[in-house]
Amino acid sequence: MNLVPGLLYSKEHEWVKVEGNDAYVGITNYAQLQLGDIVYVEIPEVDDNIKKGEVLCTVESVKTAADVFSPLSGIITKVNEELDDEPEKVNEQPYEAWLAVITMSDLTQLDELLDEKAYAKYCEEEE
Amino acid sequence: MKKTPINELHKELGGKLIDFGGWELPVLYTSIIEEHNAVRENAGLFDVSHMGEITIKGRDAKDFVNYLITNDIKNMKEQQIIYTPMCYQDGGTVDDLLVYKKNEQDYFLVVNASNVLKDFKWISDQVKDFKVTINNVSNDYAQIAIQGPKAEMILQKLTSTSLQQITFFTFNEAVDINGIKALVSRTGYTGEDGFEIYADAKDGSELFSLLLHAGKDHGILPCGLGARDTLRFESALPLYGHELTKDITPVEAGLTYFIKPEKDKFIGKDKIVKQIEEKPKRRLVGFEMIDKGIARSEYTVLDEEGNKIGFVTSGSFSPSLQKNLGLALVERSYRKRDTLIYIEVRNKIKQAKVVKKPFYKKKYKK
Repeated sequence: MNLVPGLLYSKEHEWVKVEGNDAYVGITNYAQLQLGDIVYVEIPEVDDNIKKGEVLCTVESVKTAADVFSPLSGIITKVNEELDDEPEKVNEQPYEAWLAVITMSDLTQLDELLDEKAYAKYCEEEE
Repeated sequence: MKKTPINELHKELGGKLIDFGGWELPVLYTSIIEEHNAVRENAGLFDVSHMGEITIKGRDAKDFVNYLITNDIKNMKEQQIIYTPMCYQDGGTVDDLLVYKKNEQDYFLVVNASNVLKDFKWISDQVKDFKVTINNVSNDYAQIAIQGPKAEMILQKLTSTSLQQITFFTFNEAVDINGIKALVSRTGYTGEDGFEIYADAKDGSELFSLLLHAGKDHGILPCGLGARDTLRFESALPLYGHELTKDITPVEAGLTYFIKPEKDKFIGKDKIVKQIEEKPKRRLVGFEMIDKGIARSEYTVLDEEGNKIGFVTSGSFSPSLQKNLGLALVERSYRKRDTLIYIEVRNKIKQAKVVKKPFYKKKYKK
């Protein structure tokens, strides 16, 4: 399955790493495998307000464009500009290649995310 | 879902199967880009058994086929192949296809998978007084394409028939491939040299395995529909449903080379000849994204002021050229190279410029 302990996961196949009020967000190994070769990441805008469930950014593989839905509400305070030149990092190291940092406005939303065990089970059911 | 004779093997090979117009086929095995590169650099193997085959035989076969299509088969030799659009009376496209000439009274048409039934009905409805017999033999065949600079060398290992004798757009219908009888043509849909092989459906799986094995030390990869699409796209080969539809004429799609207006009569002639003379209002152009982003099929194309001037027919990241490219049907005045156009990508306007097509220079062995 290839999961990282300590991260939180959404049912839309994003991972979240919490540091205080900040949350690093990326897509999971499962998601990158589904997408295939990623050739473009439309990086979100710093300072944008985002609500949980809104489109955070779009990740494009050769075949399709897939929206990444924000697992949390808050303000986008950092984006991973390295992905501009190296979108393939999302395939190669999905848990390193974060997309954005969201400074959370509602920490209780973290309770709605899954831990790695629950997410692994969820993925199995999806198969 | 319909399955090709090679379906089980695709599963064993780890193919990621999808529903492609009712057919269960692999979109990829490992990676579209790896498979794409294998075809450009070495060789790739495709199951294209979903393609349709229709035979037209009889006393009037030659005249009838020529009446159906825009290209001209009058001077074709036996064992020769031509590419041609086939049109409705209004000039819209029924399909684009290959015509294989076995003899003056026996033609073998290879049509798009999604159009087989439509084409068969359309062709049958045009017969009237022509003395011909038409058969849809699509289920009888497994079709495999081996494409790439090493295709000839790999296939040659399995047959005593000299493949050099099968020149570009010709075929040999009695090739023995390690005991399997097949029709082999030097054709393809990738912009590379290569062959398409038609064998009895029951031999499909064995033939696919044989070719994979023969190419093992030469970098051959089984390839899915994903790579098939990026390869044909870079070579600007039209895909029915995108660059050609019932609402797009071959003149608009830039296929005038495959239209012979001097021909006595063919379906759609009046409309098509008029459009060639008056010049079409819309033209298919190639474009390259200047702003970041990938244009996809059906996205709107705008002028500088935001007026709609057309739409994208195909768009992708190009693995060979490492650029984001597209094909679009736009108003004729925007067809010139370096003209700036604007693509609406998810509510954002992105700048692009018209470039020459094909994007990738075809490497046919002629």
